[in-house]
Amino acid sequence: MEDIDKKNGMTGRRRFLITATSVAGGIASVAWATPFILSMMPSERAKAAGAPVEVDISKLEPGMLLLVEWRGKVVWVLSRTPEMLASLTTLDGKVSDPNSEKEQQPEYAKNQTRSIRPEILVTTGVCTHLGCSPVYRKEIAPADLGQDWLGGFFCPCHGSKFDLAGRVYKNVPAPTNLFVPPHVYLSENILLIGSESKEDA
Amino acid sequence: MGKRLTSFVAWVDKRFPLTANWKAHLTEYYAPKNFNFWYYFGSLAMLVMVNQLLTGIFLTMNYKPDAGMAFASVEYIMRDVDFGWLIRYMHSTGASMFFVVVYLHMFRGMMYGSYRKPRELLWLIGSMIFFVLMMMAFTGYILPWGQMSYWGAMVIVSMIGAIPVVGEPLMHLILGDFTLSDAALNRFFAYHVVTLPVLLVTLVVVHVIALHEVGSNNPDGIEIKKNRNPETNIPVDGIPFHPYYTVKDIFGVVVFLIVFCGIMFFAPEMGGYFLEYNNFIPANTLQTPDHIAPVWYFTPYYSMLRAATVNFLWIDAKLWGIILMGGSVAIICLLPWLDRSPVKSIRYKGPYSKIALTLFVISVFVLGWLGTKTPTPLYTTLAQIFTVIYFSFFLLMPWYSKKDKCKKEPKRVS
Repeated sequence: MEDIDKKNGMTGRRRFLITATSVAGGIASVAWATPFILSMMPSERAKAAGAPVEVDISKLEPGMLLLVEWRGKVVWVLSRTPEMLASLTTLDGKVSDPNSEKEQQPEYAKNQTRSIRPEILVTTGVCTHLGCSPVYRKEIAPADLGQDWLGGFFCPCHGSKFDLAGRVYKNVPAPTNLFVPPHVYLSENILLIGSESKEDA
Repeated sequence: MGKRLTSFVAWVDKRFPLTANWKAHLTEYYAPKNFNFWYYFGSLAMLVMVNQLLTGIFLTMNYKPDAGMAFASVEYIMRDVDFGWLIRYMHSTGASMFFVVVYLHMFRGMMYGSYRKPRELLWLIGSMIFFVLMMMAFTGYILPWGQMSYWGAMVIVSMIGAIPVVGEPLMHLILGDFTLSDAALNRFFAYHVVTLPVLLVTLVVVHVIALHEVGSNNPDGIEIKKNRNPETNIPVDGIPFHPYYTVKDIFGVVVFLIVFCGIMFFAPEMGGYFLEYNNFIPANTLQTPDHIAPVWYFTPYYSMLRAATVNFLWIDAKLWGIILMGGSVAIICLLPWLDRSPVKSIRYKGPYSKIALTLFVISVFVLGWLGTKTPTPLYTTLAQIFTVIYFSFFLLMPWYSKKDKCKKEPKRVS
């Protein structure tokens, strides 16, 4: 290589051509890779599948949990009894974000019960740690969860605990409260999950 | 050799270095003469790899990578395809046994200092094989689309979502959807049967080439290449790999296959450790099983993931868990540079190193056991203690391996 360079005396030109070819090749590689990478993003069909769902809560008894599927994830609708609501106040010191300061809910659910109507809780049943669905444990002080348990949700995967408003306990792996999706009441007993506008129903 | 064969080989040799390669890697590759029990597992890992490749091809002939059909197609293989059950159990038992032999192979390297100079790169290539193997296991476990497939995968992909800033879009890129769904199953199948096997086989070839360049270590951790016969230039403590070690390895293969068949025919689920009972239930996206645990070979890292429960240094517990889990695997790569001992083998290392290695093995077993249990406050505390021990083994190594009172290495292998 060097011999040829010396003989022909055009090292500068050769270096320029090598650099230019490398740069052009690099740009071509990025261009070539683009369609492949983009083909891996959620498809148009996946993007379109996020429609809101309507739920009839007329048969929801106090203390009962309803599972609804929205965008491939589970959404919980929990009807809380007055005793359950009373337990929330006593837990303020044990949960890490008692006043829902972190953006895990729409503005209208940023209150102590984390809901529009105090008794009805609407939240995604997806643990904010690593996406498992916690188990509804409404019994008071069961053997495995300890004397202080006042009912709530326990994640079997990594042991995170949430109270009956979906507020995360302190010193568990989950960092934030359960996510409250946008929702609106279309009538007394019909709930729309996934939208805040009655027109979307 | 017959005359015709000889002339055929000569014909090939003029066009491809057949004899030269045969000699370089088998009949004239000189391995130390003092290999022991621990030296079976490299060749056994290759055997299991071939088993996985072959049985995998036959499984793809009947498996359907579709969220609506995957579970039923696996049941179809188990019930309706002739010998489908056997091929699937060969593959599922092979998956667990792959980790058994690879863990023993890695432990051998740790005991005898096989990662030390000049084998650092060999160790790094081996670590990469281990990572690819973990990805293979992860993508493969998703395919039956049972409850454990679904929720196990959910936990792992959610980890990617926890990476600050880029996590969320990256997760969508990996899943091809906003949640774990058919799109992810379909592409993980592609990785499992095309991308990763190609990568794995390539890395194994590179691993063997690197090994044959630097030569095998041995239980004494001394270099046989330093002591060569002046006339032949062959290491005096070396013996040709073929036929000496091929015969030894064949014996190992026979014993291994007896164990393998025992598991495959009599306990393919291995009490829920090789195939988890919850995975006999089709994936339900609305409900996580009451008890979820990864397959046994991932449980130590899983324990470390959930050992992190406190926010610390502006990083929340969730991200710490992921850092610990990733770190516990990645730190293995650093061994060649953490060990400052003047000797390689545990045989000549002092008490500090011996205690450290013992504690390390205990911590792996305890963490592995804890990873199969439902977390309770006591178990979480135990997991935290043993996570500290696990990391101390690596992070304190530069100190204790240097301070240690080592014995003098012998001149020749024993």
